[in-house]
Amino acid sequence: MNELTSFWSGWIIVISLGSILGSFVLLSIVRKGQRFNSETTQTVGHEFDGIEEYDNPLPRWWYWMFVLTVIFALGYLTLYPGLGNFKGVLGWSQESAYDREVAKAEAEFGPMFAQFSQTPIEELAQNDQAMRIGQRLFANNCAQCHGSAATGSYGFPNLTDNDWLYGGDAAAISQTILNGRIAAMPAWGAILGEDGIHNVSQYVLSLSGRESDAQAAQQGQQLYNTNCIACHGAEAKGNHLFGAPNLTDNIWLYGGSEQQIMQTIRNGRNGQMPAWEGILGKDKAHVVAGYVYSLSNQ
Amino acid sequence: MRHEVIEKNMGLMIILIVVAISFGALVEIIPLFFMKQTTQPVENLRPLTALELEGRDIYQREGCLSCHTQMIRPFRAETERYGPYSVAGESVYDHPFLWGSKRTGPDLARVGQRYSDEWHRAHLYNPRDVVPESNMPGFPWLFENKIDGNDTANKMSALRMVGVPYTDEQIANAKTDVRGEREIDALVAYLQQLGTVIER
Repeated sequence: MNELTSFWSGWIIVISLGSILGSFVLLSIVRKGQRFNSETTQTVGHEFDGIEEYDNPLPRWWYWMFVLTVIFALGYLTLYPGLGNFKGVLGWSQESAYDREVAKAEAEFGPMFAQFSQTPIEELAQNDQAMRIGQRLFANNCAQCHGSAATGSYGFPNLTDNDWLYGGDAAAISQTILNGRIAAMPAWGAILGEDGIHNVSQYVLSLSGRESDAQAAQQGQQLYNTNCIACHGAEAKGNHLFGAPNLTDNIWLYGGSEQQIMQTIRNGRNGQMPAWEGILGKDKAHVVAGYVYSLSNQ
Repeated sequence: MRHEVIEKNMGLMIILIVVAISFGALVEIIPLFFMKQTTQPVENLRPLTALELEGRDIYQREGCLSCHTQMIRPFRAETERYGPYSVAGESVYDHPFLWGSKRTGPDLARVGQRYSDEWHRAHLYNPRDVVPESNMPGFPWLFENKIDGNDTANKMSALRMVGVPYTDEQIANAKTDVRGEREIDALVAYLQQLGTVIER
């Protein structure tokens, strides 16, 4: 697939070598057979504003510089690929150079990652070297959403507060990173109606001890018990199985104001954590999991 | 040599200059038109959908490629960060290609499916909402502008003339596929498919 047809291969070879040869011939011709150091008083014959030009040959050093470029070009085309399908006597290619670079890094870092992958995540979180690597991997792959300090932002969880949607033990963190998560808070607007949404939001506010309308909250509690309890639980402590957040701890992924809570209930939320196994590979994901674990378990 | 003959004949000089500088193109560009590695699509490559195509045009309109490349070079430092290096067969349906040449922001050749749609929307509205250190500009108008789709079918027909295998059906449905969609959704659709053809 990488091969040119012999016509185009020949085309490249003929024009490339022809150009080099042509340059050399031109260089030789314009020297006019003059000897190296024979300066002349003969002029080229034109004159502008009284300025004339001697018809001297190229200085010797300059001439040899040109000759050197010709030699360099021929040497390069012998050693490296350039002339059609000729691979060059060194056999260099950018793919093989890349493969060598990767193999060298693999030889250097492979055993280390292999050792990390055998270490439990809880233990890995105590390993300084692994955590420095984990921090770099996090900065490169995770910080775009979770922030460079892992404190998250609106819609993207804070990973340093030990409050977990899908569980904060080593296995759950690892699972989240490898396979991703898709949150499924349905939109309740059509089911609850605006009054219902208002009442439930008052109840949700009351759960974390915030100021709320007691009467509306009481009605909201009834709606909560029929609609929300399946995921968020009877005590509203959430459920790691569904990624349902704890509603009593006053930690809010999509904002904790009355308006924002109503918005969440009305339209639902479908936050998505992409799957990283395919991008990072198991070993690196393991180190990242250790780093994330370390953020909440110093 | 009679320099004067050339130097005093502009027409002749122009012709000879063109001949002289054409050798590079003749050797370095023309043979690639006949090389399968550069003309055959990689396995599973598909033409962009109507919505993705509109997104691609928005990508060009907003000048994304002044700061973002779509070209991962074959160095370990790049593949560690961005994923497998780019190959020519991935770009055969790109007219023009958007490889870019300068990285103020990161390379985007394999940004597809790396982040959620929601992240892309938040980030494009105001990058500092999610990446406080970012110096990328926000693009809030993409959330208001709607695509009318009047030119989408023509764009696809034009691309088909240069070898992108759009079907008659795709072209016929182009307008209804994109009409009324927000520009942001087209752009995110385009970004989310970038570089997803090659197995990581």
